[in-house]
Amino acid sequence: MSYDATYTRELPLVTSRADFKEIDQVLAHPTETKPTKGWWIAFGISFTALMIGALALTNTLYFGIGEWGNNQPVGWAFDIVNFVFWIGIGHAGTLISAILFLFRQRWRTGIARFAEAMTIFAVMTAGIFPIIHTGRPWLAGYLLPLPNQNGVWVNFLSPLLWDVFAVSTYFTVSLLFWGIGLVPDFAVLRNRTTNKIKKTIYSVASLGWTFSNRNWSNYERAYLILAGISTPLVLSVHSIVSFDFAVSIIPGWHTTIFPPYFVAGAIFSGFGMVSTVLIIVRKVFDLEHIITINHLEKMNKILLATGMMVGYAYGMEFFIAWYSGNTFEQFAFINRVFGPYAWAYWTMVSCNVFFPQLFWFKKVRTSIPITMVLVILVNVGMWFERFVIVVTSLHRDFLPSSWAMYIPTITDFGLLLGSFGFFFTFLLLFIKTMPLVSIAEIKAVVEGAQPSIHPEPHGEGGHK
Amino acid sequence: MIKKIVNFFREYNSRNDEERRTDRLYAVSAIFDTPNEIMAAASEVSGRGYKKFDAYTPYPVHRLDQAMGIKYPLVGPIAFTGGITGLFLALLMMWWMGSKDYPNIIGGKPFFSLPPSIPITFEGTILLTGFATVVGMLILLNKLPKINSPISDTEFMKRVSSDKFGIVIAADDRMFSETQVTELFRSLGASRIENIYYKPSNLTDKTPIFNRKFIMTLIGVAAIAAIVTYFTLNIVLYQVVPFDWMWKQARINAQSESLFFANKSGMREPVAGTVARGFMPYEYKGLPDSAVRLLANPLPVSKNVIEKGQEKYNIYCSPCHGYFGDGDGRLNDQFPKPPSLHNSKVLNWKDGNIYHVITNGQNVMPSYEGQISRDDRWAIVHYVRVLQRAKNAKDQDLPK
Ligand code: HEC
Repeated sequence: MSYDATYTRELPLVTSRADFKEIDQVLAHPTETKPTKGWWIAFGISFTALMIGALALTNTLYFGIGEWGNNQPVGWAFDIVNFVFWIGIGHAGTLISAILFLFRQRWRTGIARFAEAMTIFAVMTAGIFPIIHTGRPWLAGYLLPLPNQNGVWVNFLSPLLWDVFAVSTYFTVSLLFWGIGLVPDFAVLRNRTTNKIKKTIYSVASLGWTFSNRNWSNYERAYLILAGISTPLVLSVHSIVSFDFAVSIIPGWHTTIFPPYFVAGAIFSGFGMVSTVLIIVRKVFDLEHIITINHLEKMNKILLATGMMVGYAYGMEFFIAWYSGNTFEQFAFINRVFGPYAWAYWTMVSCNVFFPQLFWFKKVRTSIPITMVLVILVNVGMWFERFVIVVTSLHRDFLPSSWAMYIPTITDFGLLLGSFGFFFTFLLLFIKTMPLVSIAEIKAVVEGAQPSIHPEPHGEGGHK
Repeated sequence: MIKKIVNFFREYNSRNDEERRTDRLYAVSAIFDTPNEIMAAASEVSGRGYKKFDAYTPYPVHRLDQAMGIKYPLVGPIAFTGGITGLFLALLMMWWMGSKDYPNIIGGKPFFSLPPSIPITFEGTILLTGFATVVGMLILLNKLPKINSPISDTEFMKRVSSDKFGIVIAADDRMFSETQVTELFRSLGASRIENIYYKPSNLTDKTPIFNRKFIMTLIGVAAIAAIVTYFTLNIVLYQVVPFDWMWKQARINAQSESLFFANKSGMREPVAGTVARGFMPYEYKGLPDSAVRLLANPLPVSKNVIEKGQEKYNIYCSPCHGYFGDGDGRLNDQFPKPPSLHNSKVLNWKDGNIYHVITNGQNVMPSYEGQISRDDRWAIVHYVRVLQRAKNAKDQDLPK
């Protein structure tokens, strides 16, 4: 990895050997101590939200999806909005862990583990929605091509099925990526702990990792390959999610710009969420010298860039609607901006395009409170983007006689709140049980961690 | 109950099962303090010709493999093999399921074609590459899991997992000699040299996986999982509230009574004056003579048509007339025995006459107008002719 990662200068005692121990100390600390009061409060809030979601879900399961505000013609609403929103959140994690790894952006080391964990929990959260919106989620097994007594298989021509494959592959590969990153760190915890039960758990989780260099060599190669395959994977996932819309013929959905537009939006929203959570976590766990202002500033720059890509896509959609000369398409867009849901549209544009422009100023980029406000706005804006796409396109399509308004019910809001509860509950459990930052990776980028001499190799196939 | 569990964990936690080491030497280990020292040491050890040695570092140290003189080129090929397998498996799956095993017409599109198969093929490729990489790296190449190796639970392990760099030369190396190795380490400037001995358990239970108890547990778990899955999928999800609501909703079953309709029948008849496809009303009802005069078989005599006729004859006619038209069908005494279809009367009938009997019925034989489509009736006529010819074959019908 690196010889010159600048942020590591902020680590205390970097020149002496003792600093490795200090890294262990700092990073293992949250897993080795009783939860603080702050953690319990956070956990209480998210767990309450989760329970509210569970109530809403029970209501949905018992009485059916008639409990939601969905109607004809708005057959997709909060369910799909939440699905796309959460899948999008996940994308930042893979971007940070895989794409930035391939580009040798060493600053990623401090936030990669955390962002990957967010990916996993976000995809889990997202996965709930398509399954419950089928109405009979207990038959979800039929989404997979499993042999069944009807002898019939799934429909391979449907983008919804591609989605099943894309999301499940994404989840699995992200889990593998995250998992192999954790193996050496569990081994560190295993060697530190004095508690036998913990030791047994960590021994199993670390697979008995020995830190042998013969193992490290294969490990590093495998890590590189996983990063290499995750990169096209993450691009494909949101592209395929966008096919759910783009392959249909609804005006406002049937556009070719959707795949890149969705991917940019996903990264944008994901970084928004990563920043939101990291700002709190680094404060609560005293990790300000590992997750530095420098990280936050770099993430803000990415937010600025992707925010403008999203803005470009909003503009381009309009241009194409006009340029296509298609009345329905033109109406769909005019209806978005001036129709009954104009408030949602303008919330989206201001949160995603206007406010992030403030990130042009270094003062704003490096100010934690302002960043916090802006990234929360990004989260809100991106949720509304999906709302605008899904609901405004459906509520007024070709036939004016079947136009209708969509009004969410309390169950809808309960599920939305519950999804946040689900996500944050897992995240908080993760924070307390596993190292937040990859111990092995961060050691490797500390100044002086890599040798300055390179003796002549000996033995069998030394050089390439 | 809860107390028992808590006590169990308490007891487990306090048990001291640190194994006394045996006196069989596993390896000699040395600890170095800086990355530069480990580079030099690794290079020296491999230069001396040792093969069974390894360096241990808390994080991957750059170019240490080169200093050790090792090269591990296998992860890439394993990943590649996984990817290619995934690619072809995905394509094969879609092609076989969608166009061979159960071709399903979807919007008139081809059963299998490449463009819509790309997303799933791509995901399949990635998925298997990922699995192959991780399984290949961890299990095949690094030989993990290896929870109880002699090197675990040593002071050496504690150090190299945290802040030191270590080297180990195994006792079963060809060149190994305890004194020489110790000497070598000392000369390289090791800060700590330690002999690592086998634990008793390393020498006894070689493969805990084949342990009887373990296998029995596995079988037990599998059986319970199978039973639970069966009950959930087949009983709970279909027969328990609210999962059975779709099944048990208010609806009218075929042949059942309904007080809603005037004639109290649950089944509905077609709207008066409408005609279902393939079921044009028969124009010669009760008019056998005109039928015979005016009707001719519109179907060509071909293998397809005759096979169709055979299929329909076997379904609709054979219960009474028998498979070969001899009048010896399976209904035997439950229904008046029909005459043979090989009597001179039917032999000399025109096609139109047989068609008329099927469509119109004759005395006790009911009409099949409502059950067999027009074309199928004509196909049956051809097949009856085939049966007749077969029963009354002449010499010239025999193949030469
Ligand atoms: C329910 C039993 C039954 C079935 C099924 C049935 N038949 Fe008949 N069929 C009879 C009986 C009984 C007669 C004699 C009627 C009579 O007394 O004139 C008969 C008469 C005939 C005759 C006239 C024979 C004659 O010598 O007058 C023909 C031709 C014939 N059936 C063809 C068919 C064909 C073709 C089918 C299949 C579509 C068929 N039948 C199905 C019972 C049946």
